[in-house]
Amino acid sequence: MKQPPTHAPSRIASTADLRSFQRMMATAIVRPLTAEDALQPRWIDGRPMDKVAAEFIKPNDRLTSFERLQLYNRLYWFRILDAIRDDCPGLLAALGERSFSRLAQAYLERRPSRSFTLRDLCSRLERFIVDNPRLTAPRTALAAEIARFEWAQTVAFDGESRPVVEAARVGRTPPSRLRLGLQPYITLLALRYPIDTYVIAVKRRDALRSEASNTPGAAAVHRVLRSVARPRPRRTFVAVHRHHNRLYYKRLDPAAFRILEALAGGRTLSRAIAAGGPGVGPAQVKAWFTSWMALGWFCRHGNKRRRDAS
Amino acid sequence: MPANRFNGHSDYGIGIGLRVPHYGHILSKKPVVDWFEIISENFMVEGGRPLELLDRILEQYRVVQHGVSMYFGSADKPDRRHLKRLKALVKRTKTPWLSDHLCWGSVDGTYTHDLLPMPYTFAAARRTAEKIRHIRDYLEVPICVENVSSYAEFHASEMTEWEFLTEVVELADCGILLDVNNIYVSSKNHGFNPYDYVNNVPHHRVGQMHIAGHTKFEKYILDTHDHPVLDPVWKLYAHATRLCGITATLLEWDDKIPSFDEVHGEALKANEFIDGAKKAAV
Repeated sequence: MKQPPTHAPSRIASTADLRSFQRMMATAIVRPLTAEDALQPRWIDGRPMDKVAAEFIKPNDRLTSFERLQLYNRLYWFRILDAIRDDCPGLLAALGERSFSRLAQAYLERRPSRSFTLRDLCSRLERFIVDNPRLTAPRTALAAEIARFEWAQTVAFDGESRPVVEAARVGRTPPSRLRLGLQPYITLLALRYPIDTYVIAVKRRDALRSEASNTPGAAAVHRVLRSVARPRPRRTFVAVHRHHNRLYYKRLDPAAFRILEALAGGRTLSRAIAAGGPGVGPAQVKAWFTSWMALGWFCRHGNKRRRDAS
Repeated sequence: MPANRFNGHSDYGIGIGLRVPHYGHILSKKPVVDWFEIISENFMVEGGRPLELLDRILEQYRVVQHGVSMYFGSADKPDRRHLKRLKALVKRTKTPWLSDHLCWGSVDGTYTHDLLPMPYTFAAARRTAEKIRHIRDYLEVPICVENVSSYAEFHASEMTEWEFLTEVVELADCGILLDVNNIYVSSKNHGFNPYDYVNNVPHHRVGQMHIAGHTKFEKYILDTHDHPVLDPVWKLYAHATRLCGITATLLEWDDKIPSFDEVHGEALKANEFIDGAKKAAV
């Protein structure tokens, strides 16, 4: 968002005035709340916020201009913080409440939403974590991987699906010329931690918590369910995908991952198989492709798709 | 005037919002519901379960699209990619009309995800109307604009909210989605008579109405959509129905959502007021 005007326009007689007014109010709304969940006491130029608010917002008999603006400021932050918590249960569990809140606030402050839908809120979170390691230290690597994994789930949930390539076409094209695309909703992840099992454990715990919240002795159950152990490093290869519109995390053999990554990168089938490495036999490759074809993973190559592998 | 050019000359009765907790019930029990309102943005995706579910709903039910992010009142130009996606959804649902809010919520491409009130000025009305016309021409579907609930008023305003709404819809030649709960909420927050509002909008342009619950706090009312409709809102709805005619009506219930039957039962209470309006008209 561009710099707001020094003062809100006293008259709105043009689209330019309207834009200035909207920059002023939007800047006020997206500024972080204080520790007491209040509107910041000073404007960006240091003037008292109550005076700035009074310049463009009318008070009424119950609320000052400051308090009316504060309502919108609070609603904004409560809404987007709720949204990011909903989308990132794994990251929340791994970082803990305080560290996650600090990260979420910093991220949303420096990377405010550029999309009409809250669905895209976490699309830049992994990059932000990597670029700002102090916010998640000493767990930056883990946090970045979880953020990448949780965004991959969003993509798998409602990402584009393209017509599945026909087996006949695969059969009649020489492997040295055949290129296959991966469905855009699939994300290939080469991870340093087994994030898939961790996220499953967190979701299971959260579901149990939700059920327990309605039962007598819920507090005791919550204590038992408090934490899921953070994962220890273990090289893990996963495809986050969907099948019959249900979300799945499919573990991949490292060689299978390399083959899929090569295909997604535009290599021909024969080159992709070669990328799998010398230890992979034809029977194994055939079994993998049979499974991937059955899952409908391949589409025509040639259109851009998001690759996500480290 | 139930069917008019602002709601595609349709004759829809009482509907409810299509919400996730009710999907299972709707798909398995197939309850009789006159129509569902969907939040367009929830289905402006490229694939997966949302669109599969929508297609299953469309096999059996009438659906009307309601948006929350078009921001007719933002100074920014409409986003082409957004419009393209919305048009694809319009073709899919065959919505007889489409609604979104008379508000703004983004500037310079940054989104607040809120329905922010407009400064009620003639210049803002002209800009807003121009955008509505542009969007309607692109989407090729009638548009109804909804009055929002608000918690702030601005010194720059040159007219009342209902005058602003009237100015916009006359300039844009579009319809109104009259949210009587929003009128009630704003009337309490700003100290105006909600009947003045309802009496002074162009009734022939009302293509749909919204009813909902709200939450009272000590110094203001929030439009929370998490309660049954309160009595003063029903009374205002009855009054609006007498003035506008029996109009497609939708109950919004978006938080602390109870069972499908409870939500639908609450919506169907509108029939009592519609019957009252019919008797009054005889």
